Amino acid sequence: MSAKFEPITGRYMQLDLFGRPHRIYVEEAGEGTPLLCLHTAGSDGRQYRALMNDARVTGRHRVIAFDMPWHGKSSPPAGWHAEEYQLTSAQYTGMILEIMTALELDRPIAIGCSIGGRIALHLALEHPQRFRAIIGLQAGAHVDPYYDLNFLHRPDVHGGEVAAAIVSGLVGPDAPDADRWETLWHYMQGGPGVFKGDLYFYKIDGDIRGRVAQIDTRKCPLFLLSGEYDYSCTPEETRAVAASIPGCEVTIMKGLGHFPMSENPAEFFKHLLPVLEKIGRRDLLPA
Amino acid sequence: MIETLAARVNEDEALVRRGRFLTTTFLLEVGPAAWLISIYQGRVVSVARGPFVMPSSSFALRAPEEEWRKFWSSRPPPGSNDLMALIKRRVLTAEGNLQIFMAHLRYFKEALAKLRTAGAAA
Repeated sequence: MSAKFEPITGRYMQLDLFGRPHRIYVEEAGEGTPLLCLHTAGSDGRQYRALMNDARVTGRHRVIAFDMPWHGKSSPPAGWHAEEYQLTSAQYTGMILEIMTALELDRPIAIGCSIGGRIALHLALEHPQRFRAIIGLQAGAHVDPYYDLNFLHRPDVHGGEVAAAIVSGLVGPDAPDADRWETLWHYMQGGPGVFKGDLYFYKIDGDIRGRVAQIDTRKCPLFLLSGEYDYSCTPEETRAVAASIPGCEVTIMKGLGHFPMSENPAEFFKHLLPVLEKIGRRDLLPA
Repeated sequence: MIETLAARVNEDEALVRRGRFLTTTFLLEVGPAAWLISIYQGRVVSVARGPFVMPSSSFALRAPEEEWRKFWSSRPPPGSNDLMALIKRRVLTAEGNLQIFMAHLRYFKEALAKLRTAGAAA
């Protein structure tokens, strides 16, 4: 039995964010157009492992995923032990742009899922000139809380167990078992209160319903792909967002859930690869 | 059909093991019909059908019969495939001491989904 190494490299980046030093874990694979990947709430960049391991993507793209501060192998900033983590739209946008600048990414394609899909809408609205194209997975303009978020962070409920149990039904029915449970494992590994802190952005601060129709896809193409079985960001909600934005392209992915790139990569690629090809072709057109 | 819950749960060793710190009685309402389900250290020890005069339970799960029928179908449609999906659509209400429900959420999801297996039409 010989070891096989995946073509992914990981590095730790020291970077000041919001006036404080941070240690950010960044993974990448491939060469070509930068493809910046944004993970879901309470998880980390491992959700994009399949994109980094597929030559159809890495042959033409430099696929990059960073773990947000507090997530995965990125640390919370010094002083975290006395704070309550709450992600805001301004922090989220700021960290993405700062990390892009630090990595010297020239107009990357951004792909984000769930909270990453939501911030993708913010980026499309506020910073379209910084991106070649934006792909929002499970991207809705708003989600009403449908359970008491306090259960995600209290000492008599195990945070990792409940986070995974909350999201387990968001995985589509056809997900291979290995990928389903890998996806849930990432949730089980989240730090105390981190999933809850991300949902502050998702369910409260990041509401973009009033402004989403102002997105101008002539400045930056916008593609929305949503899984049929997602009850957090439903296909109906994605369709409603797409319908309000002229030029926005929408795909509903049958049988998939809330974590398409992680729960069922083979099915997801059937929808993603044509989008990447389309973005690549647009790129060749004269401006 | 609900009465088969004990056998279906108790034969799953991994599920019983995950529930080893769970001892409680909860109320399950399927439309107008009610069951009191008692769990002792992860094993379902009784499933009693109502009506009850004074049912005592830690929490209750209530949904219309049609919603449970979809939830228990062999391939539930989107929106009916998970307890949280039903709660999100406001068709399942969870009331009572929900700390027990949430601390053992995976257990309750998997236990109730046991009624989904072959011959599980409600």
